[in-house]
Amino acid sequence: MSRLARAWDSDIAWSFRHSPVAVVAAFVALTIILSAAFAPLIAPYNPFDPASLNLMDGFTPPMEPNQFTGNTYWLGTDNQGRDIFSTILYGARISLFVGFSAVLFAMVLGIVIGLLAAWRGGWVDTLLMRIADVQLSFPSILIALLIFGVARGIIPPTMREEVAIWVLIVAIGLSDWVQFARVVRGAAMVEKSREYVQAARVIGVHPIRIVLTHILPNVMGPVLVIGTIGLALAIIAEATLSFLGVGVPPTQPSLGTLIRIGQGFLFSGEWWIILFPSIALLALALSVNLLGDWLRDALNPRLK
Amino acid sequence: MIAYILRRIAQAILVMLVVALVSFSLFRYVGDPVATMMGQEASIADREALRDRLGLNDPVVIQFASYIGRAATGDFGISYRLQQPVSELILSRLPATLELALISGFLAFVVGVSLGVYTALNRHGWLSNTVMTTSLIGVSLPTFLIGILLIWVFAVELQWLPSFGRGETVDLGWWTTGLLTSSGRASLVLPAITLGLYQMTLIMRLVRAEMLEVLRTDYIKFARARGLSNRAVNFGHALKNTMVPVITITGLQLGSIIAFAIITETVFQWPGVGALFINSVQFVDVPVMAAYLMLIALVFVVINLVVDLLYYAVDPRLRADRASVGH
Repeated sequence: MSRLARAWDSDIAWSFRHSPVAVVAAFVALTIILSAAFAPLIAPYNPFDPASLNLMDGFTPPMEPNQFTGNTYWLGTDNQGRDIFSTILYGARISLFVGFSAVLFAMVLGIVIGLLAAWRGGWVDTLLMRIADVQLSFPSILIALLIFGVARGIIPPTMREEVAIWVLIVAIGLSDWVQFARVVRGAAMVEKSREYVQAARVIGVHPIRIVLTHILPNVMGPVLVIGTIGLALAIIAEATLSFLGVGVPPTQPSLGTLIRIGQGFLFSGEWWIILFPSIALLALALSVNLLGDWLRDALNPRLK
Repeated sequence: MIAYILRRIAQAILVMLVVALVSFSLFRYVGDPVATMMGQEASIADREALRDRLGLNDPVVIQFASYIGRAATGDFGISYRLQQPVSELILSRLPATLELALISGFLAFVVGVSLGVYTALNRHGWLSNTVMTTSLIGVSLPTFLIGILLIWVFAVELQWLPSFGRGETVDLGWWTTGLLTSSGRASLVLPAITLGLYQMTLIMRLVRAEMLEVLRTDYIKFARARGLSNRAVNFGHALKNTMVPVITITGLQLGSIIAFAIITETVFQWPGVGALFINSVQFVDVPVMAAYLMLIALVFVVINLVVDLLYYAVDPRLRADRASVGH
């Protein structure tokens, strides 16, 4: 049997095919992710190329010709005449980049700390888990904000714009590693006492090798579940920080920045500037969240 | 019992010391306080004099001790951006945040418990299903989008409620309140709903889950067998026993509400501590950031401590367990 056929027949694939919610969520998430990744090819305009902007096109309502230029835009334009559909595609690109990077960072950090705590035990374990407990008792958005503020203080003002996006990734990642560390530690503790690990120890396999090749693959299931739900949380965290004005610089607007910009026009009746980026953000966060929920149920043998 | 209380208080003090250390490091090492306070033109001698006066030449341990000493008396230095004492800034904005947080917490608790009880008792009713599905969407919606949605519907389209600020406030000398004027009360509605919605869904789901658990127990069956009225069984027996965890979670959530007020205050331009904090992050106003960190940590630690002690006082089983271990 080929690899593909085997994958099609696996439990996970079966449960995916039989869950309409998961199929729809995966479809929505993939559509957004792919169109964001290929934004330069799909977007009808490049919203960040000043040469292609026409201020006369500003405030064009969706699907209506502009009163001065006669140009029509699917989702309308913002105050500077940028096509909303294109800014959403480019914005989703930044949101997704920050989200994926932050989750990856949190995941690696959490796995390393979790494995270290489980393997070393003793005071290392106590210290790491105490730190995790204290951090967990504060909301992660608060921690991300604080890390962001500290980083801004350390980085010289001239470099702030360039590195802002990386600062954001580190801030969200550092605020989110605890979940991974706790789950990895718990799962690794269980695996550690299993016979195959003891056997590997007895025949003299190096501890680092045991942890990486024997224990790690067996704790990846729950890590993937938390990673998926963590992605939704990271996307929302990025949008929230950008909305608060402490996220990505205005030259690289993410979905949160677009919503922040659009809020100002809500009162003057230009509802489309804020509505469509909000829908995009919501669709992205909700579909990733539902995928995470499905994955959790599918990987949990107790629910079968 | 006394040993337990003392241990919990010692833990709380330890956490506060760690937070104070973080806050002190912020204050001391993020940016140069002397450069920020004196500007470009100051001479080297002036800088040294200020450095000496601020105690920046003392050993770090002594600096930390004096930082804690000053923090304990409420002195967090001068804001770099606004040139006012940080404690005054925070105190002038604290009533707005606390009023908003307490009203939201109260709203979340009352509505959350009622909906939770209703959905647990009418598990398969259409209204329960609607409420449960809506709550799922409510949890996925980011707070700021909920706020914007409410502004759009109730402030822009219907024009029922104001969309920003606190309205008219009454100054009571040590406290400003918006609750005594009609514009103040109207201004509170949308921010309070925005801030409380997430906690409300959380409490509702918790009450529902706990109620379903309790309704299955033997003593509820026994109470029904004794022929007690539905009302007495549901509220006198079942609800009463679900309240301990619910009160714990609600208490712990109060800290989160105060922290999440940052977002709500930005959406509604509410003149509270959270908005002050966001501005301080944007302008790297370190003394304000450090003081806010200490304040929030204090709120969290005190709430955690009180909830733990209350839990101990409310649930006799905890005491019995401990006593039997002792014998």
